Amino acid sequence: MDGNPHGDPALIDVADLGRLMPMFLWVAPTGHIRAVGPTLAKLCDGVVLVGLRFLDLFQIRKPQRARTMDEVRLLAGQRLHLGLREPPHTALRGLVVPLQDGQGVIVNLSFGIAAAEAVRDHALTDADFAPTDLTVELLYLTEVKAAVMGELAALNMRLRTAQRAAEEQALTDALTGLANRRALDAALGRVLDAVAWGGKGFALLHLDLDFFKAVNDTLGHAAGDLVLTHVASVLRRATRKQDTVARVGGDEFVMILPGPVDEAMITTISHRIISELEVPVTFKGKPCRISGSIGATLSTHYDRPDADRMLSDADAALYVSKRRGRAQYTIHAPGRHLPEDKRAVPDGR
Amino acid sequence: MHGLVNRSVQWFLRDTYGVALWTSVAEAAGIDPNGFEALLVYDDGLTDAMIDAAARQLGKPREALLEDIGIYLVGLEPLRRLLRFGGVDYADFLQSLDELPDRVHLAVPELDMPGLELKTTGPGRYTLICAADHDGFGAVFAGILRAMADDYGALVLIEAGGKGGAETVGIELLEAQFATGRRFDLARPEGA
Repeated sequence: MDGNPHGDPALIDVADLGRLMPMFLWVAPTGHIRAVGPTLAKLCDGVVLVGLRFLDLFQIRKPQRARTMDEVRLLAGQRLHLGLREPPHTALRGLVVPLQDGQGVIVNLSFGIAAAEAVRDHALTDADFAPTDLTVELLYLTEVKAAVMGELAALNMRLRTAQRAAEEQALTDALTGLANRRALDAALGRVLDAVAWGGKGFALLHLDLDFFKAVNDTLGHAAGDLVLTHVASVLRRATRKQDTVARVGGDEFVMILPGPVDEAMITTISHRIISELEVPVTFKGKPCRISGSIGATLSTHYDRPDADRMLSDADAALYVSKRRGRAQYTIHAPGRHLPEDKRAVPDGR
Repeated sequence: MHGLVNRSVQWFLRDTYGVALWTSVAEAAGIDPNGFEALLVYDDGLTDAMIDAAARQLGKPREALLEDIGIYLVGLEPLRRLLRFGGVDYADFLQSLDELPDRVHLAVPELDMPGLELKTTGPGRYTLICAADHDGFGAVFAGILRAMADDYGALVLIEAGGKGGAETVGIELLEAQFATGRRFDLARPEGA
């Protein structure tokens, strides 16, 4: 007859039990260890466990602490969280199963999620695990996951670098390396947002070169390009790191100067820019003479500053500078129909 | 072919023969000299073009080159470790090869490996059958099995054979512990 209709107990040798469950304990009703699996013995570093008390070596933490064998027996069938009382305090999971005829209990243990650490701490090998145990597969997966994550991180880094380079190209004027129209719009959006959140405001300067067409027509485009590059370096020198300098047309430039900026500062900067632009650069031995006209406006002149309105006011102020004979700067004045203008270089031009 | 496969070939060529050869192979095969991304999938034709160009430029038979790639792969410590998880000794490792495609899928689901089946043909004699759409895996596995035998310290005779979708590798295990194998700890040392 197959099967076991009478529920006879299976008699098994302790060594075979160790093969099935290399981390088992057989604990007598008195709480003394009667037998132990080979891997668990290895965990306790040569200390002979047989004869010692189970609860002196292991601390049961969950589902609740157990201090006596009666309390241990009450936890039968539940998943236990326990640990070695001695360093390295290896965390374990366990299951208690009572034996028949007052023979005590079998406790089977395994490593939880920290298996890799336990394997390292106790120098365990493949042979320390039952062939049915998946702990080694868990270690394999941990390692392979780390390798794949490493590759992903490296890929992300390369993609981010490429993305930054592409963004920079998309926002830069190729000839001068200044910001382009798109970058200007973005920067203007940012400073306007800052104002809306209670920031200190900003100034907007619109510069148009004077006599640039003459340089282009008489000395050629190469001379024109040289002049534009020179203008870019003048503007970079005249502005701070947090300012935006953009080339928005053939010979038109717009600057955003964030922070508390007043008319006196605009005066200083405009003077400096115009006088430096007037120092000629030499192209093939010939001087390229240009100047510049500037129109400016300040966000503090508006209740609710707006990009289009400010750009158009700066443009109108620039027009006034041009009309007044070039090499001038003009600050748009709110409420006044004709903006006030000032000589940029007062000494007799 | 998966980027991991392509990049293995790229690194093998670069590490073994130098950047100049890799660049010239990449050019001949129409590949970006920066090579492949490990986690992207590429057209199969690219892999063949790369291997053919390398074999031609090195004046080496394609099979010999593929076998060298297999040996090179086992020389990469992370890969050697993952293969050593397969078994406690060389015979155990051989028996784990059937599971290798599934193990690889656990790690990288997009990476399709050839189907592997190990047949025991006599005492210490085995045949590994590689079922793939693609020729050449047999030779790569011959290299891998040769290098892993050294790693375990086993003495073996290995011979690649078969063709067209069912390549085979014959393995004769002469001595399981011929030399001291390389050390393998289940858990990597901390920080490694």
